Order: sequence, then structure tokens, then C-alpha cells
Amino acid sequence: MHSTKPSHSKAAVVFTPEMMAQVEHFTKQYPAGKQKSAIIPLLHIVQKKYGWVSVEAQDKVAELLQLQPIEVYEVATFYTMFHLHPVGQYVLEVCRTGPCMIVGAEDICKYLENKLGIKEGEITADGLFTWRTVECLGACGYAPMMQVGDNFHEYLTPEKMDKLIGDWRNK
Amino acid sequence: MPRKLLLEHDKVEGIRHIDTYMKHGGYRSVEKALKKMTPEEVVEEVKKSGLRGRGGAGFPTGMKWSFLAKPEGVPRYLVCNADESEPGTFKDRYLMEYLPHLLIEGMITSSYALGAKVSYIYIRGEYRWIYEILETAIEEARAKGFIGKNILGSGFDFELYMQPGGGAYICGEETALLESLEGKRGNPRMKPPFPAVKGLWGCPTVVNNVETIAAVVPIVNDGGDEYAKIGIGKSTGTKLISACGNIKTPGVFELEMGLPVEEFLNSDEYCGGVAHGKRLKAVVPGGSSVPIVPAGLFYKNIKGEDRLMTYESLADGGFASGTMMGSGGFIVYDEDQCIVRNTWNFTRFYNHESCGQCSPCREGTGWMLKVLDKIEHGKGATMEDIDLLWDIQRRIEGNTICPLGDAAAWPVAAAIRHFREEFEWHVKNPQLAQTKSYGLVGETKYETASA
Ligand SMILES: Cc1cc2nc3c(=O)[nH]c(=O)nc-3n(C[C@H](O)[C@H](O)[C@H](O)COP(=O)(O)O)c2cc1C
Ligand code: SF4
Ligand code: FES
Repeated sequence: MHSTKPSHSKAAVVFTPEMMAQVEHFTKQYPAGKQKSAIIPLLHIVQKKYGWVSVEAQDKVAELLQLQPIEVYEVATFYTMFHLHPVGQYVLEVCRTGPCMIVGAEDICKYLENKLGIKEGEITADGLFTWRTVECLGACGYAPMMQVGDNFHEYLTPEKMDKLIGDWRNK
Repeated sequence: MPRKLLLEHDKVEGIRHIDTYMKHGGYRSVEKALKKMTPEEVVEEVKKSGLRGRGGAGFPTGMKWSFLAKPEGVPRYLVCNADESEPGTFKDRYLMEYLPHLLIEGMITSSYALGAKVSYIYIRGEYRWIYEILETAIEEARAKGFIGKNILGSGFDFELYMQPGGGAYICGEETALLESLEGKRGNPRMKPPFPAVKGLWGCPTVVNNVETIAAVVPIVNDGGDEYAKIGIGKSTGTKLISACGNIKTPGVFELEMGLPVEEFLNSDEYCGGVAHGKRLKAVVPGGSSVPIVPAGLFYKNIKGEDRLMTYESLADGGFASGTMMGSGGFIVYDEDQCIVRNTWNFTRFYNHESCGQCSPCREGTGWMLKVLDKIEHGKGATMEDIDLLWDIQRRIEGNTICPLGDAAAWPVAAAIRHFREEFEWHVKNPQLAQTKSYGLVGETKYETASA
């Protein structure tokens, strides 16, 4: 999934004043000269705004923190929460690890594949959805489950998925 | 009723807010420690309590704290490990989600004991809503004067910050966590030096699990001796267990150390027994890294004694017939589950999560995954492949920078040790194994598909 080929954004990457306030919240919480610690928080801030982190977004993070771009690239490519390529507006991340698997995670994936008509990692034609599998999200007792943006959706069933997807389509 | 020290008030309406939390006795440990005790006295109580790290390794917390180097003029740090990503484990999430102030209170009291003026809670990035719950709780605590300058007039200045991770299991390993907190890839460091000497930004650091830090609160409130009265031998106090898999009532439970495993699994107060009236096949009691044990070795150890929920009893028999308490991620498998498939799944997990620094781990997990894929998916595996698998896991264990290598090897070793017949059945019946499950020993299940 993490292809090494870098992906570029067409639009300019801009940090709004609200985003800059968040940036400052983080840079203030480390000792002087240790602003490198803010890389992961800043990547989260960019991804929340743009949906994924392009090379340009990573360059911008480096510029804001006065670091070399490579220091940001090597972090962005290590941590799997960061999408390095464009994704759908809603990214459905289904946990595939043991405890979820033994109570039906694989059926959830098959259901999504059919319902959305796309393979893992692809984007639906309307640009709304991407689905992919991820490793244990700390919801093993409430399985099967998936994460979408900031939220966990647990005890998944086909009916529940239909409702969620329907709601997102109508938004 | 079993005693609850951590989750006593988890169901109280509004307990997430500081006023309600304080009405139920919250922040007493901060008052007591800062006003009436020296930092050394707090450490002494923790030592007396016998508390052991709840992150997985079970190392005595008081001893770990006393190893912290204290050079003049160098800051010290306490870092809370809230990365919780060991498959089967979701106890820290529960504690933070329902009782955020318990963790904050523990952080303040523990930081005072360690002389840490700045501390961090490193939380896995996916727990976004919990991050926000904790941020709110920190602000509330600051408004009440529990965080900031000269807390309660004691002269102790303290700041507490949150740091999100980016989705990497390896960042739960304490030195990888510190690398990550410094803004780098999560590559574990060589030890020594240990974090107690050179940790965050090269300064002395203690890394403790969420539950460990929370347990400091009742220890300071009631005294270490009182805490040590609960439990058996070196397993003192209470333990949070997150139970999942094929059981009736999955969830997070606080139990007194020493509870018989049979009672934990079968009583309605806890797991409620195996779901859908099925029979028990196996249990992984401490998160995916610990050895799987078949039902026959679970309830009773090899000597025929009841197994108890303690570090020692779960480990009784060593790797030959025992397992480990680990992180308390209790995973239950019913008779329809396929051990080969589960082993393949866990190996895929470790291969995916290996940081790639050491070849035995990076290459070994990849090899094991290939061999398991062949066996599980009927791609022409032979009996020699089972031996090969055994050989690879043996070469990973003990030969790596961090314990992820061992964590990847142990589940494979235990599965082959206890379920070799099932692996052989897969090799002999590659087609059949695609649609049927092996079931319990010597009994093929024709009605269930394991594909
Ligand atoms: C691969 C790996 C993953 C780990 N994940 C976690 C984790 O998610 N949470 C945790 O508290 N400890 C985890 N640990 C254990 C930590 O390295 C460390 O021992 C622990 O945080 C110390 O805290 P404690 O003494 O309070 O248990 C992990 C260890 C390894 C090797
Ligand atoms: S054992 Fe694996 S995860 Fe640990 S340092 Fe080596 S390669 Fe990285
Ligand atoms: S295994 Fe799926 S959330 Fe833990």
C-alpha cells in the first residue's frame, strides 16, 4: 500500500490561522530547539485538512519547523496512519488482526468490496470512499470494527454498514 | 464483591469531569504526596506495594523508579505509554476514556515522586477522541491548580503534555516510543544505556504504562502495604484484563490477582463463558505475543493445579506448557477456530510492524509469513515446511535489538508445539483445509468453513 513513488498535490498547501494556532500549541510543548518532535502532530493537522499528505504538504511541515525535508519524509513514510496518496473523502479502515478476524472481519471486507465496487486502496468513482485493512486498533472486544476519520465504528454488521454508507452518501 | 481500585467509579455519571471525580475522592493522592510526603517516601510506598509494570513485561515499578539517574541540572521526564497496540489489548483505552482524571492524577503524583517537572502522555494516533478527553481533563486539572507553578503551595512546578503517535505498533516499545516522541521513525534503541540514564532527549526518563501510573493513586492513598495485601506472592493488587474473541461478554474487567482462570472465563461476572455454547479450543491470555495454550493446559497446569490469574501461575510450566500475563489482552478461541490461520494472521501482523532494523526480525518474519501462507492457503507445503518454520522462529528469538523479534517468534513456536497435528493436517489435506476446520484434536469439523 505504501508505494515509494511520491505523490504531488495540485493545489497549494496552506496552513490556515486555526491550523497555525494548533502548530504553535505543539511547538510550545517541547524544550527549545526540539521542535522536530512536532512532525507527527503537524502531519496529522495537514492530513485532517487535505485528507492526505502530499510531498508539498511535507515540505511545508519542514519549512514551518525549520527542518530538512528529508527529516519529514522519513517520518511520513514510516507511520501508517499517513496517506501518501490521494484517498476518498471517507477512508474506511477495517481492522484485520486475529481477534477481529475470528469474529468476522474478513466478511466485512468482502461486503465493503462488493458494496463499494472497489478493491482495497482504490477510490470510488464519485471520490467519496476508499477502504483498506489495518492492524489492531484497540477495539478487539467490540469487533468487527473500522475507523473512519476520528471515529471508531464497532460491532459492524451489513445493516450497520449500509446505514453508515447511506448516510455518508447523502451528506 | 471483588475489590476495585481503578474502576471503582467508572460508571458514575459525569466522572469524566473534575468536580464529580473529586467528589468521589479524586486528587487525594496529589494532596497527600505533595503536602505530607517527600518524593522518596512516595517511591518507597510504590516499592512496598509490589506493583509490577502493566505494559507487558511486569518489571517492579518501584525498582524501576529507583534506577532513575539524578544528575544535577539535567531535567528528568516521566513518559506515559498510551500506545496500546498489542492485539487483544484495549484496557488502557477504557481507563482513559472513562476515568481520564485517574491517569492525570497518577501522572502528577508519579512525576512528583520522580522529580519530573515536565511529562508527556504518548497516545496512539488512532485514539483521537480519547486524546481530546484527556486534553479537556488536563485543562480542568490546570484550572484547579493541580498542574502549573507551585502546585498546592508545595513549590513543585509541573507541566503535562499530550503527544499523538502515527500508527506503529513498535512505538509501544519504550525506546521506539522515545524516538517517536523526538520526531523520528520508531526504531528501537540499543540498550544500554537504558532510558533511566539516557531517555528522552538524552535525559533520564521513566516510561510507564497507563495502568501502572493509575495504580500509583490507590497506592499513595491507602499505602503500599494495603495494596500488597491483595493478590498472591509477587502478583499484588488488581489487574485490568481486556477480554475478547469467542466469549459471551467481551470487555474490560478489573480483577484481584489470584482469581482462578476458570472463574474468569466462565463466570457471568467476567467473560460469561465461550459464546454460542461452543467448546473451548485455546486461549492467548496476554496479548498476541504470548504463547497460545490449548484448553487442556489452560484451566490446570501440567501438575494438575488450578491456574490462577497471576504472573507466576500463567507462566507455570515455562514455554513447554505455560504462557504469560503479558499486557492482559485475553483472547479466547472456540472449537471452530483455525490455529494455522490465526498463526498466519499474527505473523502477518509482526511482519507488517517490524521496524526493519535487524535482519533476523525483518527477514525472519517475512520468511515465516511466506511459509505460513503456503500451509494455510494450500499452496503445496510439505512436512519439511513445518520444521522450517520452527527453525526460523528459533533463529529470530533472542537475536534482535528489541523484543518484537521474540514476540513474533513465540506465537509460532507455541502453535507448532501444541497444535502440530493441525499444521500436518493442513499439509496433508490442502484442498479440504480451504473449506473445513480442523476442530479440536483429531476431530475434523465438516460444517464450518475457515476460508
Ligand atoms: C514491540 C513492543 C510493543 C510494546 N507495546 C507496548 C504498549 O503498547 N504499551 C505499553 O505500555 N507497553 C508496551 N511495551 C512495553 C514497553 O516497552 C515498556 O516495557 C512499558 O511501557 C514499561 O511500562 P511498565 O513498566 O509500566 O509496564 C511494548 C514492548 C514491545 C517490545
Ligand atoms: S526486533 Fe524487529 S522491531 Fe525490534 S528493532 Fe529489530 S527489526 Fe526493529
Ligand atoms: S484485533 Fe481488531 S481491534 Fe484489536
